[in-house]
Amino acid sequence: MARKRFRDVKGASLGRPLSGYDSRTGGFGRARGDGSRLVIGLLVAASLGVITIDAAADESSPIDPARAVVGGLVGPVEATTSGIVRPMRETIAYLNANDELRADVARLSAQNSQLRSQVEKTPLDRNRLEELDGLTRTANKTGYAMVAARVVGMGPMQSFSRTVTIDAGTSSGIRQDMTVLNNDGLVGRVMSATRSTASVLLVLDTDSVVGGRLGTNNEIGFLRGRGVTSDRGRLDLDLMDNTVVPAKGDVVVTWGSQNGKPYVAGVPIGKVESVYSTPRELAKQAVIDPFVDFTALDVVGVVVPRDTDGDRLVINGTGGDR
Amino acid sequence: MTLSRTGLVGAVILLAVIMQVAVFNLVAVNGVVPNLALVVVVAASIARGPQLGAVVGFTAGLLIDLAPPADHVAGRWALALVIVAVLAGRVRGDARRSPLAGLTTVAVCSFVGTSLFALSGVVLGDHALPAQEMVQVIGIALLWDLVIAPFALPPLIALFDRTRSAELAY
Repeated sequence: MARKRFRDVKGASLGRPLSGYDSRTGGFGRARGDGSRLVIGLLVAASLGVITIDAAADESSPIDPARAVVGGLVGPVEATTSGIVRPMRETIAYLNANDELRADVARLSAQNSQLRSQVEKTPLDRNRLEELDGLTRTANKTGYAMVAARVVGMGPMQSFSRTVTIDAGTSSGIRQDMTVLNNDGLVGRVMSATRSTASVLLVLDTDSVVGGRLGTNNEIGFLRGRGVTSDRGRLDLDLMDNTVVPAKGDVVVTWGSQNGKPYVAGVPIGKVESVYSTPRELAKQAVIDPFVDFTALDVVGVVVPRDTDGDRLVINGTGGDR
Repeated sequence: MTLSRTGLVGAVILLAVIMQVAVFNLVAVNGVVPNLALVVVVAASIARGPQLGAVVGFTAGLLIDLAPPADHVAGRWALALVIVAVLAGRVRGDARRSPLAGLTTVAVCSFVGTSLFALSGVVLGDHALPAQEMVQVIGIALLWDLVIAPFALPPLIALFDRTRSAELAY
């Protein structure tokens, strides 16, 4: 009966006192006015509409301009906020580091004595080292040109995707489908770029597929992200040739796509952690432990064409850090 | 609601979304961060009813969907947060009465919101994880939201109440 009475009251916000009006109806007593129901219905329909429009479009979604506008507005705010909290981030990292350092000291002193015994073999290794050095120099000469950027935002895992925002965008020459890497290896690829920021899809994401090549036998395969970042994310490698069994510890590098889009060739991704086969599939699958620590991403490099002219310094392979 | 009050609500939504992306990753557990936007929507719904809650939910959701570095199909968070607003609006009388009820509302809304988002992902085949991992993420998200709710919910409810009293004056 009470329900009936309230149903006749139009609008939800007529300033009726809130306490005590529905104490007997067990919490579900508030019957909403028709206006409220209409608004909610419209909003649900609008959400479903946006989802349909965006999901139906495959290449260029009509939502993309809206994404660009919001990205252009929100991106710089993210960058500023991230800059403000950076000292805090470093303090937390410092505190965490203190604990880790103690463990490191123990581990390193053990390693040190081990290394001392190896020093005796040095002259033998020196020749090999020189060769390697030469190779590195060549790699440097043919190396890629990069624009350095900082990670300013990280997509929440609640969205079940692994994405980050970086603080460089089209004004620095960054476009869609460029390779993103850091000192350790492959990070991901640029999904979209606004003027001052870009969104990067990490290789960990379940939607990310990277062509990979095994370091020892050049076998190619596809790496898929598992989407999880429980401490360290993992990737799954499916090899094309199902007779090949990857060796544990084998390094996987990118195989490279046409024109280096979205991935340039030869970037280290990770090493084989374990190999397993499923009865359902013939091919062996390998679990890859990526070199990059995705929970502590900070400075990354975006591979750009050599002649890029933007508002940021382009680091060329010849004299760069890599 | 006057223009300035609308602006205030908009600023709160924007701040919540930015915090989630740029600040909370300091404390992320397995990549899961406190869902402040969801708490804002729950607060709006409790203080002002499901209608305003749904508007706030739609706006906040769409902002999460469109702001970098989001990659999923747009509208998924918008839908989830509108439903959360309706849910919170249904129990708003009880949720105001005791802090415990408020916390419970946040917990239920967090579970429903993240689950709805996960479900829409499964339906659309968009960033769908294995069920077990989704459940893990939903669980951690719920705990995070419970941790921030005691600090965030009362001031947010008070803030949304203020936007209402202004309306009464007109």
